[in-house]
Amino acid sequence: MDVAAELLISVFLVISGIFGFVGSYGLVKLKNTVQRLHAPTKATTLGVGGVLLASIIFFYVDTGHVSVHELLISLFLFLTAPITANFIAKAYLARNTPQDELPPSDRDFGWSIYDDPPDGEADR
Amino acid sequence: MIEYALMFAAGCYGVALLLDLWRIAVGPDAADRILALDTMVINVIALLVLYGVWRGTAIYFEAAMLVAMVGFVSTVAYCRFLLRGDIIE
Amino acid sequence: MLTRLVPHPLLSLTLVLVWLGLVNTFTLGNLILGTLFGLIIPMVTAAYWPNRPRLARPFKIIEYVLVVLWDIIVANVQVAMIILFRREPDIRSHWIPIPLDLKSAEAITVLAGTITMTPGTVSAMLAADGGAILVHCLHTDDPDSVRDEIKSRYERRLKEIFP
Repeated sequence: MDVAAELLISVFLVISGIFGFVGSYGLVKLKNTVQRLHAPTKATTLGVGGVLLASIIFFYVDTGHVSVHELLISLFLFLTAPITANFIAKAYLARNTPQDELPPSDRDFGWSIYDDPPDGEADR
Repeated sequence: MIEYALMFAAGCYGVALLLDLWRIAVGPDAADRILALDTMVINVIALLVLYGVWRGTAIYFEAAMLVAMVGFVSTVAYCRFLLRGDIIE
Repeated sequence: MLTRLVPHPLLSLTLVLVWLGLVNTFTLGNLILGTLFGLIIPMVTAAYWPNRPRLARPFKIIEYVLVVLWDIIVANVQVAMIILFRREPDIRSHWIPIPLDLKSAEAITVLAGTITMTPGTVSAMLAADGGAILVHCLHTDDPDSVRDEIKSRYERRLKEIFP
């Protein structure tokens, strides 16, 4: 394996390790639950993304095949991470935050966990 | 060189898992614990892929994919339980 | 006839590509099996997909994905700096309500996902009629500029993709 490929793989691995660590460090350091929601998005995007890129390059150099598996894992995480973050935020707000601590929506209807949707659009 | 980078990355994710465990133990809200569990799942996915690169085999991608799917479903189930009080209506 | 055979062409194409990615080797047999799945699964589940999103300019999607990927990298570094080096009392977080011009549910979903995946902002919930979105920003001195940036950078592009 030539030095350039090794260097590239190592750089991706180190970057992803740092971002994975920073994600969990933010989870411990930040003082407020909603602020903590921001930390793991880094581990999801650059952390796992860096590991998967490194593994794509590694197996390409090693075997000569381009492997698409890694891209599927990345795609799956990119699709699901916003949904879980949104769900956790909603669960936290519904249990702990009264409506008047949030800014108003400036629309006819309030935020969805405090206000009922208009008729016939209950699944929105 | 790759071995050292792999060790460094695996060490980072190991420490990250410990920090997540600290957040699960401390809380204070149930939402914090769910968030920490979700982060743990993501770190475990990264560790599995790292281990696959270390051993030079592609078998661990299936495991990582399955962990990703099970982790997503379980996080959604936890949150739904908190929001609604039951999971399947 | 063709619309009954292939009710959702994009879904069929996605299924074929995902199948080829899962088996990870491109052979004729895998392609045929994937095409079979891509035809059968949309037919069986057509009842659960009553209205399909219409894409006005599909090629704008590529530009949008590239912009978002670049923003993810830049914002990752910025937020890592905030977490590592800024002391806790100096982090000023804000709730920012953003009024939406997008109407279709798919477009709003993509926008909410984009806001969450670019670190530094998390979309928390929608207004009950889908007319506004509540965004939490980790650290900013000027909430209005964050709102304007999201509207001009992401929502404008999405309005071109989803009419």
